[in-house]
Amino acid sequence: MREIELSLNQTQKIRLKRALEKLESSSSKANSNSNASVSISDSIPVNHEDGVLKGHGTLDLNGELVATLCGVVERVNKLVYVRALRARYKPEVGDIVVGRVSEVAQKRWRLDIHYSQDAVLMLSSMNLPDGIQRRRTALDELNMRSIFEENDVICAEVRGIQHDGLHLQARSQKYGKLERGQLLTVPPYLVRRRKQHFHHLEQYGVDLILGCNGFIWVGEHVEAKDDMVEDQVSKPEQQKSNKNSISLEEQEQTYTPIETRQNICRIANAVRVLSILGFNITIEVIMDTMNLSSSLNLDIHEMLGSEFCVLVAEGEAERRSLTKRKG
Amino acid sequence: MEFVSPEGLRLDGRRPMEMRQIRAEIGAVTKADGSAVFEMGNTKVIAAVYGPREVQNRSQQINDQALVRCEYSMANFSTGDRMRKPKGDRRSTEISLVIRQTMEACILTHLMPRSQIDIFVQVLQADGGTRSACINAATLALADAGIPMRDLVTSCSSGYLNSTPLLDLNYVEDSAGGPDVTVGFLPKLDKVTLLQMDSKLPIDIFENVMQLAIEGCKAIANYIREIMLENTKQLEYRRGI
Repeated sequence: MREIELSLNQTQKIRLKRALEKLESSSSKANSNSNASVSISDSIPVNHEDGVLKGHGTLDLNGELVATLCGVVERVNKLVYVRALRARYKPEVGDIVVGRVSEVAQKRWRLDIHYSQDAVLMLSSMNLPDGIQRRRTALDELNMRSIFEENDVICAEVRGIQHDGLHLQARSQKYGKLERGQLLTVPPYLVRRRKQHFHHLEQYGVDLILGCNGFIWVGEHVEAKDDMVEDQVSKPEQQKSNKNSISLEEQEQTYTPIETRQNICRIANAVRVLSILGFNITIEVIMDTMNLSSSLNLDIHEMLGSEFCVLVAEGEAERRSLTKRKG
Repeated sequence: MEFVSPEGLRLDGRRPMEMRQIRAEIGAVTKADGSAVFEMGNTKVIAAVYGPREVQNRSQQINDQALVRCEYSMANFSTGDRMRKPKGDRRSTEISLVIRQTMEACILTHLMPRSQIDIFVQVLQADGGTRSACINAATLALADAGIPMRDLVTSCSSGYLNSTPLLDLNYVEDSAGGPDVTVGFLPKLDKVTLLQMDSKLPIDIFENVMQLAIEGCKAIANYIREIMLENTKQLEYRRGI
């Protein structure tokens, strides 16, 4: 059994245990019919007369279907597959991912996105900073480092798997380099695919990106500006005329107010607590955790303490039992 | 020296066919993709698995399957007398190779082309049977990392001292110089993937000794499966729907 790594005192231990037991009982009741955890080399009961399509994580052994992973058996019509928990990220087309540049290569960047290979972002599959649609020249290729450098954190979308690996694209203003914030890594199975992965939390002035690959970005809000609209001609003149004021402006831009920074840290710690406890990470749960911490008047560093973890676990148990009663 | 007393008890009080107590724990290294601690009596081993990840050395990349690497090491404090052993001595290179080959045989490497899987095993306490303990720990760690495998590999050793087949030798029995058979076994497929022996044995006795080791492997496999199932259930219900 995976132990939660916390130093708890006796009462906290008992409270945590009780909360987790509550979670266990509520989840086992909810899916008692499909309660099908398997470990490696367990046989999966199937009805061969109906015809079976064997999917990921299964193996045919002398007419018997055998699991090759530890996970949960899922059945979709004839398809039977095993969904592994705690595995590396498996990309699907259209996923929003956050990654870190590991290499700048010929016409492409290589990104670490916690997949079994590095992902590829081609120079041609992203919008140039000047916003003009045109062929990429050799000059653009030379200036690639001015767009993204090694170790930059980038947000992009999965385009598909080609013969040379996984390709990404960043064809919109919302994608691109992420600055002034924190990157958190959580196990990918905790992030569910949803309609919305970009969240702008207006009351905190914070952007939150829940990457499907388990990379979560918490950063200062940046206004998605469309460079196309801006007047291309007037721009260089402006720059020349007031060079001094630009540097001041830049200083102002790179400065993040302390409240925003505290909010970033608070949200980041909320995500950390949830990932330690192994709870699903959604925007609602993050906000609940964050509100809980501020209503208790806890300091940011106290959020990673054992007391707060136990409180979050109890709150989660309460929340799930409530939603079940409604449903 | 007398390894089995007239009452039929061994030096540490076990019966000849009795195993040491085993204990396993999944998730010992937070930053690793998969990790486990495995204990057989006083032998304690920790394993961490990283990957499948991008191949570090491009020239080693294989286009249709994953590259499996393994590193075995012994902590300085693992033995009775503290010894500063040089890294990469003969013994540890040999055991690394043995573990790598055993694990590679059961990992479905063709599902993860152009990637690399690193297995690191370290002995924290050595009391005989480190090779077997390392293989068991590596299996658990690989399962935790979500790497598809044909079957669980488990391993157990057995020996023959005082004309008695003994299961799961400890350090004293191991260093007696008698035959020591280490078996790696796939319980579902009912196949042997690893067989090593020091010194000599007559063929009919060897079969008995090997059968004993296989029984040990099966017992360990049952225990490991329970641990993995428990862990999966935990993860599933904690995450919720």
